[in-house]
Parts: sequence; C-alpha cells; structure tokens
Amino acid sequence: MDFINLIGRVFLNFLESMGRFLIFGSKTFYHCFTPPYYFRSIISQMIEIGFYSLPVVALTTLFAGLVIALQSYAGFTKFSAEGAVAMVVELSVTRELAPVMAGLMVAGRIGAAMAAELGTMRVTEQIDALYTLSTNPFKYLIAPRVWGAVLMMPLLVFIGDIIGIYGGYLVCVYKLGFNPSSYISNTWEYLQYMDIVSGMVKAAVFGLIISLMGCYNGYYSRGGAQGVGSAATNAVVTASILILITNYMLTELFFMK
Amino acid sequence: MSIPKIEMQHVYKSFGNKKVLEDFNLTVSKGDSLVIIGGSGSGKSVTIKSILGLLKPDKGSIKVDGREIVGIGSRELEEINSHSGMLFQGAALFDSLNVWQNVSFGLVQGKKVNLKEARLIAIDKLKDVGLSSEVAELYPDELSGGMKKRVGLARAIASNPELIFFDEPTTGLDPIMSDVINDLIKRCVDHLGATAITITHDMSSARKIANKIGMLYQGKIIWQGSVKDLDVSGNPYVEQFINGRAAGPISMEVRK
Repeated sequence: MDFINLIGRVFLNFLESMGRFLIFGSKTFYHCFTPPYYFRSIISQMIEIGFYSLPVVALTTLFAGLVIALQSYAGFTKFSAEGAVAMVVELSVTRELAPVMAGLMVAGRIGAAMAAELGTMRVTEQIDALYTLSTNPFKYLIAPRVWGAVLMMPLLVFIGDIIGIYGGYLVCVYKLGFNPSSYISNTWEYLQYMDIVSGMVKAAVFGLIISLMGCYNGYYSRGGAQGVGSAATNAVVTASILILITNYMLTELFFMK
Repeated sequence: MSIPKIEMQHVYKSFGNKKVLEDFNLTVSKGDSLVIIGGSGSGKSVTIKSILGLLKPDKGSIKVDGREIVGIGSRELEEINSHSGMLFQGAALFDSLNVWQNVSFGLVQGKKVNLKEARLIAIDKLKDVGLSSEVAELYPDELSGGMKKRVGLARAIASNPELIFFDEPTTGLDPIMSDVINDLIKRCVDHLGATAITITHDMSSARKIANKIGMLYQGKIIWQGSVKDLDVSGNPYVEQFINGRAAGPISMEVRK
C-alpha cells in the first residue's frame, strides 16, 4: 500500500511541477512581448551571456574542430578519402558541435548563475520586494534574461562555427600537411547556407531552454543556501538534458526530409 | 462611516496540511498604527503577504481602500501596491544596486521619475532615516545590519505611501539600534500620516510603534485593543505572551 502511495505521490508531484512550469513559461512569453521593456537590463544580459561566454565557447569549439579533423583524417585515410576531411569538419562543426558545445557551456556558466542569482533573490525576499515596489519580476528579471540568451546564443554559435572550422584548418594544414588553399576551397564548396542557419536556430532554442530552466529553478527555489545550490544544479542538469534531446529533434526536422 | 484602510473577512490560508489562517478577520482604520503580535509560525507574515497580494488566500475577502484584491490582475495589484511600502525583515535590498538606486527603485520603475530627481529624493529620504549622503553610493554588502534596516525604511517611505508594512523591524538588532529604528518608524509614519501594520514579537517595539495591538494565535486575531489596554487585557493568551512566560495556555510545539 505504501508503495502505491509513493507512486501516486511522485506522479502528483510530477504533474504539479509540469503545471507550474507551463504557467511559468506562458507568463514568461507574455511578459517578453508586452511593455514595459527593460532595455538596459536586456543589454546587460546580452553582454553577460554573449561577451563573457565568448572565451569558453571559443575554446571548446576550437578543440572540437581540432579533434574532429584528427579523427576524420584517421578514419578517411583507410579509404584514401582525405579530401572529405574539410567537409566533415564543416558539417560537424556548423550543424552539431558548435551549437551543442556552446549550449552546454552556456548552460553551465549562465544557467547556473541565473538560478543562483534568482534563488538568492527569492530566499532573501528581494523578489517579494520587487512586487511591493510595483515591479513585476517577470518583466524586470526574467524577460531580459530570456531575450539576452535567445539573441546572443546564435551569435556565439556563429563565432564558434568560424573558430571550429579554423581549428580543423590548423590541424589539417600545420599537422597533416594539407594544402591551405585547397582545404579552404573544399570547405567553401561544401558549405551550405542551411548548415549555418540550422546551427543558429538550434542555438536560439538552446538559449531559450537555458534561460527558462535557470530562471524557473531560481524563481521557485526554497530554503536557504541548500535550496539555492539545488536550484543551480537542477538548472544545469535539466537544461543540458533538454539541449541534447532538442538537438536530436531539430536535426531530424532540418535534415531528414 | 468611512471605508476602512484594510478589511480582511473570513480569510483562510493553508500550506499543505498546515492551516495558517483560519476564518481570519481584521479591520484597520485609516491612520492607525496596528501591531500584530504572535509567536513564530503563527501566520503574521502570511497576513501581510496576503494583503500585499504576494500570497493568494484559499478563501475569503481582502479589501484595501474598499477595493477587493483577491483574484485581481497583476496590473491592478501593481497600481494598489504603488500606494504602499514595506520594510522586510532582512531589509531585502537589491545587491546589484547601490543605496540610492535601492531607495529610489519604486520611483524610477513604478512612477517613472528621472534618475537625477530620483537620486535627490533618495538622498533626502536617507537623511530622514539619519543616514548621510555619503552612504548613497555604497552597496548593500558594505552596510551594517542597522544601516540596512534604515535604507530599507527609506525605500519603504520613498514614494510617500499611504500604507506601510513593517516585518519584524527590530529582529537581529541590538537594543539601542532597535530603539533608534522604532523611533524612526514612529516619526516617519506620523510625518506621512500613513496607516501602518507592523508584525513583531518584540514587545518594547510593539508598545512604542503601535496605537493598536492585535494578538494572532492559531490563525485568528484572538484579542485586539489599544496599547494602554494591553496590560489589562484579561486575556490569558495575551498575558502569557507579553510577559514571556513558558507556563500558560499557549504551548510551544516541541518534538520529544
């Protein structure tokens, strides 16, 4: 009987969380598109999310490009298909590696920070204080973070694409002895508009996921320091899992026609 | 008969199985300074959070200036709250803003006062609570507990509210600073001619700030009267509480 009770309780908690998240999400969308807009907060979030995440995204996409060039070369030499390395690097980086790596890195950096900041504001009653000062926290705190992440993630991924492809170029030209101009022309030849656009669309969706998860977990955090810690952990874990699931779904949507 | 500033009728609020407010009734007239006393967990904070619309009661009616606030939209609630101020227990200052930005936050965001004017008003309000203009540029983490409370008080009175809430204003302060804060609260409320609701279990604070006192126990106001009647209330619960006696009708829930 206890076991059935437990299952029932877990199921009800799950439904409650889903309902709460749906209400949170719809409120967020509503406040993202209705005035007043806090442009100063949006710009400061864009700088925080875009500019300050650039080093970590650049570093991860650079090494992703380096390693994919090495691995594809190691595989393709068996079939004398070294010429396809440039194409594999370009496709992997633009379609998958740059958006996913950037998404996961930003989830770790920004998602956790959003959850911790909002969580601290919740437990120290700063969110309640906003209400008493006639300021809606959804407009003042959450909408700027969502706009910042959705607008800056595609830009970060675009820069990540360039750096990742450049990583592949470095390995192929300086380590594997490829001809630089033929490598670049191979890359250009296979590069399609859709590769870049699909990666940037994915990035915008990942930005939405990261900001929603960070804000949701922070906004509803309870307890003291432990609650804030759990909120940050949950924000990163849920955002990372959702990024990987959504990435598969978007890939199927874009390329499996 | 004039409309009461606040009228709560048959309000119920529970969290899971814990019933916090049960058939709660309260009327506060304009210009009153009501202090609600009661033990920890008796529902004092829930009462003022319900009036501010931060918590939604399960049942019942809450009216501010005759306007029902239960079930109204967020815009309307923002409009009603623009006439009130609140000093939180931990001051709840925004860490990312300096002192003058904290004090003038409601003016800039809610009333669209320009930054130059808002800064001047903030410095003026800081003077009202005994803080110099040098404090204006400091950040909350550079302030002592007493200074934070003063800044919180300056923020609560910045928009000259008609209704002010004080949540445990002296908790965590030394007796001298507590008295300073009590004096400031009394002076500010008198100066503004505002209605004030304070929740506390600090009896010296209650006696100083209030002209009316209500005792909250088991989700209801069990006694309400003027400060001078407090010592002759004849209510055993009130007598036990104000004298801080362990023996009496109020039993503390202690896990054995």
